[in-house]
Amino acid sequence: MDQIAVHQDSATSTDWPVAIYRTLKDFGVAQLSYVPDAGHSKLIKLSHADRAIKTTVLTTEEEGVALSAGAWLGGDRAVLLMQSSGVGNCVNMLSLMASCRFPLLTLVTMRGEWAEFNPWQIPMGKATPQAFEIMGVTVLRLDNPDDAEEVISAAASLAYDGDQQVAVLISQRMIGRKKWTKETH
Amino acid sequence: MTNTQARNTKVMNRFDLTQRLVTKLKDEAVIGGIGNTNFDLWAAGHRPENFYMLGSMGLAFPIALGVALAQPKRRVFALEGDGSLLMQLGCLATIATLAPKNLTMVVMDNGIYQITGSQPTPAAGHTDLIAVAVASGLANSSWAADEDDFERLIEQSMSATVPTLIGVRIDDKPGTGTTRRDPVQIRERFMHGMGVRQPL
Repeated sequence: MDQIAVHQDSATSTDWPVAIYRTLKDFGVAQLSYVPDAGHSKLIKLSHADRAIKTTVLTTEEEGVALSAGAWLGGDRAVLLMQSSGVGNCVNMLSLMASCRFPLLTLVTMRGEWAEFNPWQIPMGKATPQAFEIMGVTVLRLDNPDDAEEVISAAASLAYDGDQQVAVLISQRMIGRKKWTKETH
Repeated sequence: MTNTQARNTKVMNRFDLTQRLVTKLKDEAVIGGIGNTNFDLWAAGHRPENFYMLGSMGLAFPIALGVALAQPKRRVFALEGDGSLLMQLGCLATIATLAPKNLTMVVMDNGIYQITGSQPTPAAGHTDLIAVAVASGLANSSWAADEDDFERLIEQSMSATVPTLIGVRIDDKPGTGTTRRDPVQIRERFMHGMGVRQPL
């Protein structure tokens, strides 16, 4: 992984994960945790390749909420990556962040919206913004790859400087239409 | 109270064990899990390096992992009840993957949800949490046979090269203190204790 090249690249419509990575680096993010999603795979690879970011794969999203709290308690800035299906898992644990006024920056790749083919993904996808909002989390949308740096930067300021819990929902349209797997009979 | 035949461990007292731990501490961090676990930590003597959880059942170990990764030179202790750990067993695998050597976890196992009326946990009597931890990849996990063994395991963990998990069988006594609940004060005091925040 040539990190210098990554830093010098300018973000294009296809390398928005690089723009996100670069913005997180600018904000001094030192811990990244994730429940994997295909939409996050490039950012996850960049994070694992970066020795300055402690990267943690989680068994469930609540763990990542706690890890973000612990990181802040120890003086680190953290970011949590998940898919929209995991948002419901976090609801009770978002109390921890609101009560203690811990910053939370979470980047959520959306399912259940643009051209979703799997009905099982739809209810949680549709409820994702509300699930955050009922717990007081500010929800920002990232719909256009060219806006990646600006939106992540705004979210990071709000979280780390404003002590807020912020979720950036990354549009399913941006990640690309999922390839259909033909159902068998 | 669990009664697994394979275990030949003394039934101890949470407050007594917590006091034994706190007596040994200097600048180590301690994350006290929800309920009686943090009540006894509070009662054992307030320290800026203590973080008290009054909610978020099951997250003491994941929070401690975040602190341990952020402060690799500081030892971080996490105290958790058996019922809480059952909610987040997956965190044992997560911690085994990262394997921070500066993390010592203690599971206070009485086999009951004491604070809600002493109902037995689903694990009571047949799930061996130390076996679960070992199987999750935390090889340095063991039951403390008695109080002396607990102290020995705590001291041993201070210079361990892998994370440590210590199981203690405890009685059904409630916690002895009542932690002050203001979450932001608890956070701020802890962050001062960690040296990452200066008072205004």
